[in-house]
Formats: sequence, C-alpha cells, structure tokens
Amino acid sequence: MLYFQGWKLTLILSVCLLGFIFALPNAFAPTTLDRWPSFLHRQVSLGLDLRGGSYLLLQVDMNTVEQERLNSLVDEVRTQLVTAKVGYSDLAAAGNHVSFTVRDSGRMNDVRDIITKIDPTLDVQIGTSGTVTLTPNQQALIQRRNSAIAQSIEIVRRRIDETGTKEPSIQREGDDRILLQLPGVDNPEHVKELIGRTAKMTFQLVDPNASPQDARSGRVPAGDVVLPSSETANGQPAQYYVVRRRVMVSGDTLTDAQATFGQNGAAVVSFKFDSTGARRFADATKENVGKPFAIVLDNKVISAPVIREPILGGSGQIEGNFTVQSANDLALLLRAGALPAPLTVLEERTVGPGLGADSIHAGALASVVGVILVVIFMVVFYGLFGVFADIALFFNLCIMMAALTLLGATLTLPGIAGIALTMGMAVDANVLIYERIREEVRGGRSLISSLQAGFERAFGTILDSHVTTLVAGALMFWLGSGPVKGFAVTLSLGVLTSLFSAILVTRLLIVTWLRRLKPKAIPI
Amino acid sequence: MRPLIVIRRIPNINFMGLRTVGFLLSGLMTIASIVLFLTQGLNYGIDFSGGTIIEVRSTSGPADLTKMRADLDSLGLRDVTLQNFGGADDVLIRLQEQSDKTQEQTVNQVKEKLGNAYEYRRTEVVGPTVGAELIKAGVEATILALFAIALYVWFRFEWPFGVGAMLSTLHDTITTVGLFSLLQIEFNLTTLAAILTIAGYSINDTVVIYDRVRETMRRYKSMDFGELINKSLNETLSRTILTVSTTALAVLSLLLFGGEVLRGFSIAMLWGIVVGTYSSLFIAAPILYYIRPKRGSGGDGASASGGNARPPATRETVTASGKS
Repeated sequence: MLYFQGWKLTLILSVCLLGFIFALPNAFAPTTLDRWPSFLHRQVSLGLDLRGGSYLLLQVDMNTVEQERLNSLVDEVRTQLVTAKVGYSDLAAAGNHVSFTVRDSGRMNDVRDIITKIDPTLDVQIGTSGTVTLTPNQQALIQRRNSAIAQSIEIVRRRIDETGTKEPSIQREGDDRILLQLPGVDNPEHVKELIGRTAKMTFQLVDPNASPQDARSGRVPAGDVVLPSSETANGQPAQYYVVRRRVMVSGDTLTDAQATFGQNGAAVVSFKFDSTGARRFADATKENVGKPFAIVLDNKVISAPVIREPILGGSGQIEGNFTVQSANDLALLLRAGALPAPLTVLEERTVGPGLGADSIHAGALASVVGVILVVIFMVVFYGLFGVFADIALFFNLCIMMAALTLLGATLTLPGIAGIALTMGMAVDANVLIYERIREEVRGGRSLISSLQAGFERAFGTILDSHVTTLVAGALMFWLGSGPVKGFAVTLSLGVLTSLFSAILVTRLLIVTWLRRLKPKAIPI
Repeated sequence: MRPLIVIRRIPNINFMGLRTVGFLLSGLMTIASIVLFLTQGLNYGIDFSGGTIIEVRSTSGPADLTKMRADLDSLGLRDVTLQNFGGADDVLIRLQEQSDKTQEQTVNQVKEKLGNAYEYRRTEVVGPTVGAELIKAGVEATILALFAIALYVWFRFEWPFGVGAMLSTLHDTITTVGLFSLLQIEFNLTTLAAILTIAGYSINDTVVIYDRVRETMRRYKSMDFGELINKSLNETLSRTILTVSTTALAVLSLLLFGGEVLRGFSIAMLWGIVVGTYSSLFIAAPILYYIRPKRGSGGDGASASGGNARPPATRETVTASGKS
C-alpha cells in the first residue's frame, strides 16, 4: 500500500499529464491554437445539436431497385428472344419475378441458353404449358441492394459537395438507410430538394402517330408510354406526351453539364456526352431528322424539340422553363449522376446556431456548477481526503476530455449531461473507500492497515457497482441513435476513467501524503 | 484539514420492522404506475410518436401565443399544440402528421405563415416508421439491461441477490415511467437514456449493501437473518446516503441549469436516484429475508455459480478483523 512500483508511478503520472495536455486545447478558441504545436490542434468535435446543423435520415427505396431490375430483365429477354427468333407471349414482370410463355416448346433448350447468357444466377422454372418464370436469386438481390446503397451514398456525396457544405458526413445506416449530417446548415430545404430527385435523364423519341388524349384514356400503343410534362406554377402538368419506351441515349453517358444562357437570353443547361453517348446520339439523330424527341427527367418531359439536323458533336442544350436557380440545380444533378432509386427523408433534425450556442452554454454551466457542488461536498464531508478526491476528480475530467478528443468522439448535449453525471458518480468510489477506512479506524485498526483495508475491501464493491452502469451504457450505445449514443459514450468513458482516478490517483495522493508528513492519525 | 461534518454514530434503524410498510408502498406505487401507464399513457415526444416540432424564438419580445395559434389555425392544420419552452420568447410548436400533406410541406407552410418575426431554432421531423422502431429498440434495451444486470449480480453473488437486484431495479424503472405518466412530462429518447442509466445506477447502492450483507453473513454465522440485514443496512447507511448525494448534486445542477432540452432527463435521473436508494433499503435488502442466500459452513464465500468471486484469503482476513 505504501509503496508504488516505479513503473506504476510513472504510468499514473504520465496518464494524468497526457490527459491534461490533450484536454487543454478544448479550453481555448481554435484561433489561439494555431500558434501551438500541431499535435495540440485537436479539439473534441461538437455534435449538430451544439454547433448547429442538419441531420437527415434517408431511406433508399429498395422496391424501385428491385422493380427496375425486373424491368430491365424484361427488356433483355425481349431483345434476346427476338434476335433468336423464338416466339413468345405474355412477357411481363409481376411480383418478384418475370414470366413469359414460349409458343414452340421444341425451342425450350434455346430459351435456356438465352437465359443463361443473360444472367446465370437466375432461378428458372419451366411449367408444363411452356411458361417460363425467372426469379433473381436472394444472393444477387442482396448484392444489388448493397450496390444501390453504395451508389446512392456516392451520388449524395457528389451532390452535397457541389453545394459547398463544409464537413458533411454521409454514412450507411442499417440495410437501406443513409445518415446525412450537415454541420452549419440551418435550413436544409435546398439540400432536401437536391437529394429528393433521382435525376434520371433519358432521351426518347416521341411517337408522332399516337395522340396523347387516346393514350391517356388507356389506348397506349405497344412499346410506348405516356409521360407528363414538368409541372407548371399551378402544380398541374401542362401537357402529356406519348413517348417510345426504348431509350435513345441515357443520362449516365453525360460527362458534363453547365447552366448557361441560350440565344434568347433564357437560362438553359448545356451538356456533353462521352464517346459512347455521342455516337449513340449521333446515330439516333441521323435516323430521325424532322421528328420530335423528348428529354425526360424522372419520368417527366422537360422539353420535346424537333431534330432539325443530326447532332454529331456530342453536345447540346436543354431548353425548358428554367430559372437561373433551377438550371443550376439541374446541371448539378446531371453532373453528379442519377440515384439508383428515390430517397425519402425519414427523420430530420435541424438545430439553428442560436440554440446550439445556448445549449453549449447551458451544458457548460450545469457541469461547472455540478462539479463545484461535488467538490465542496467532498471537502465538507472528508476534509483533506476530500481535497485528494477533488484533485483526482480534476484529472478524471481531463482524462475524459482527452479521451473524447483523441477518439474523435462527438460531444452532444446529452453527452455533456453524461459528463456532469459521471462527475457525481466518480466520487462515489472515493466515498466507498473513505467510509470503509472510517469503519476500519473505528474497529481499532492502525492508521496504515486501515488505509490498506479501506482500499482493498472497497475495490470489489466499486467494481461491481461500476460494471452495472457500463452494461447500461453499452446497451444504450448499441441501440441508440445520435443523441443517446453521445450520452452512452461519455457515460461509459466517465465510468472507466473514474475507476482510474478514484482508485489509483487518490491512492497515490494519500501515499505521498503519508510518506511526506508521517501523520499520526487519519483526518477523517 | 478535518471534515466539517462527520457522521460518527452508527444509526440503529429497524429496516426489517418497516419492511411491510415498504413492500406495501412499493406495491402500491408499482400498481399505480402500471395503471397510469395503461390508462393515461405517456406523453410521447416525436421521437416515438412521429410528427414535427418547431422551436421558435420571437425576435420582438415575448411571443404572442394567441396570435400564433390563430395564424396556425388559419392554415387548417389538425392537432397543433403550442407551448412556452423555457422563456417567454420561446415557443415550441408541435404538429401531428397531416393526412393531406407531407411533413415537409407542413413545416414550410408554418415557416411561411410565421415569417421573419421568429428565429427558427430547431426543427425536428420524425416519420412514423422511425418512431415505431425506436420504441421497439427502447423496450428491448431496457429488458435486456434488467436481465444483464441481474445476471451479473447473480454471477458475483448468489441467485437470491440477483432476484432481489432485478426486482428492485424493475421497481425503479416502472415507477419512473409511472412518474412520467402522472406528470405527463414528455417522454423522448433522452428520457429513455435516463431510464437505462437508472437501471444501471440504482443498482449501485444495492450492490454496496449486498456486499455488506454477504460479508456480515460470513462473519456472523449464527446471527438472526433479519438482525443481520438490519446491521448491514445501518452500517452502510452513511455511505449509501453520501454516494447518492454526490450524484444527486450533479443531476440537480443539470435540472436547474441544463436547459429545457435536458429537463425530462434530469427529472427522470433525480427520481431514479431517490427511488433507487429507497428501494435498495426497503426492497432489495428485505427481500433477502424471504429468499435466503445459503449460509452453509463451507460453501458460503463461493457460491456455486460465482466460484471465483472471493478467494479464501479474503475470508481469512475478514475473520481476523472480526477478532480484533
């Protein structure tokens, strides 16, 4: 008890010292830190509830992902069957599968070959009447979902980066969600608008022979689809177009898009294709001079110009009823690329800078007052030993802040509550030890052996009572979202550091006091 | 430097004599809490119920709630509640999900209507799916926490201690929920965090007391069990009160200065600390009287389940100090 091994002493002192050093930058303004050595530049990062900002939980619409997979499977099957001249009927996607009927059952082997060529992982069922059912297997679906999420995150990141938001954080959350944190954004409307659009652009020919009126009442010619124009001010589409299903060129072949001004001074979006896109666009426009084609964005026709001459240069302009802002947005979306599926906002939490600053202030005030109350309490009830506990408490706070800083944890308002709470709980261990020492003294033990017994016997109790709090902390971390997680982190961390400070630091202080002053009695 | 206040006398309170009163009181509080929860329910915040809150601060002195209410009514929104939040300038607007428009549209409408006379301090929109998931996760975590803690206590002590710990912790969490139902304080994610913390913390003094009961059991092998519990409780009473006080001081400071957002959390914690101490003294310890831990001659220190809990060396020291 009286003796600390050299390495132990060094360890305790260096942990305290390092704790103090790395906690220190948090007490200064970032501008002051510029003159400090670079390893002291790190400060604990503040959560959005403290610094202000926007937190958005987005859901990727996986139904669309799966539906699109089935639709493209239908297209592939159709193309291949036509090329191989296999007669078929009733080709359609339904539920989670694609089915069709082969007219000539003698060609079933060819059909099998075709399916294997399209996708060997498809589950194929062939009925007696020549009905073929194709189901994408589970493994492939999971893979597709994963890549949809990854791709969505990438596209969201590009779009957010374009807006100039600083330090955005974009993470995957669970199976089909994306967590977006935007510090400093106190009105996320524009961001939500940008990520709320899939921005899937295609160029498709308009069917000149079909009338939109007929088509809307249900008589859509085979291979065509009816699409509305983009909405006007009153929220209703101005007109409808009958458009060929087949896509001439799709937006994923775009390499650049910029908002500029057209000849008549209106805002337009100019775009450039990559070489594949340019070739396809050139071919399509060569074959269809004089016919109108539709520029379709998210299933709405932006404009449907007539092809006056073949466009061979691989670039063009989109004219629509754009404002400067909407032309800029569209250009941004086209540059960033299309989302694989629509995103919906499940949860939004936005804190303005005013409330954030108030919360920091309230949290800091509450913590400081709490610590002062605890410090006074300990001195009143334990005198000199109370002072020892208070010194240990100070180092506990330092080590905790240093750990938060170095771990890169995020401090939230509930996190501050966790710190305040653990300050109260940290001295619990001291109380347990001191009360035990008192009892031993009352039992007639000598000074040294009372101290020894106090520390030894209290240890098991302290451990038991701390482990249960850690269990609760771990569960909170595991279940919790944002604010609760912040609380769980500081609570668990505080419990751990208080074990160190209350047991080792206090003991070191008492031992030093014993050796230096050689007291005759314990002042408690 | 000597302490200003020293509790020298070991009190002699007959806790065991009060056990019937304690059980009755706790039974009543628990039943009342369950009844309140079932009839009155909880005032769920949007974290759990879904919906929208907008916290605004009037930029021109105290907010005129009547005018704001009239303005918002003119938008034809259903289930709008307005309340002062903290100061007179601050107002919390709470909106349920509207059937005819998205939550986003609702927020925009409100902001448009109120205009620039207000600073928009906080906007939170939680969809119904998320709320349902959070409730599920919260209930799961609480139940898991109760079992994990009971399991730990069982492992470190003997099963009767585990049962006692679980019952008293259950009592603490249920009555906290009851308090929130009674006072209709908003129950949100931070409150849930408080309840989980209570589950972990209120067990502290129970463990401290159990530790002493076990120690006394080893030292006085033939003492009447009721007397033994009383002795343990009285000997540890000063430390029970002092440990609780320090944490209570920290929480009190949070309640007074921590701001509106932490109010629910602080109230829950404060209640949990007080009721946790009460239940350690009047529930957890007396329960042992009915489901007695083994007091055999050889197997007392090490229970079958927690064989490594106490090495024999400790026991010898304990006996030695008993003589001195």
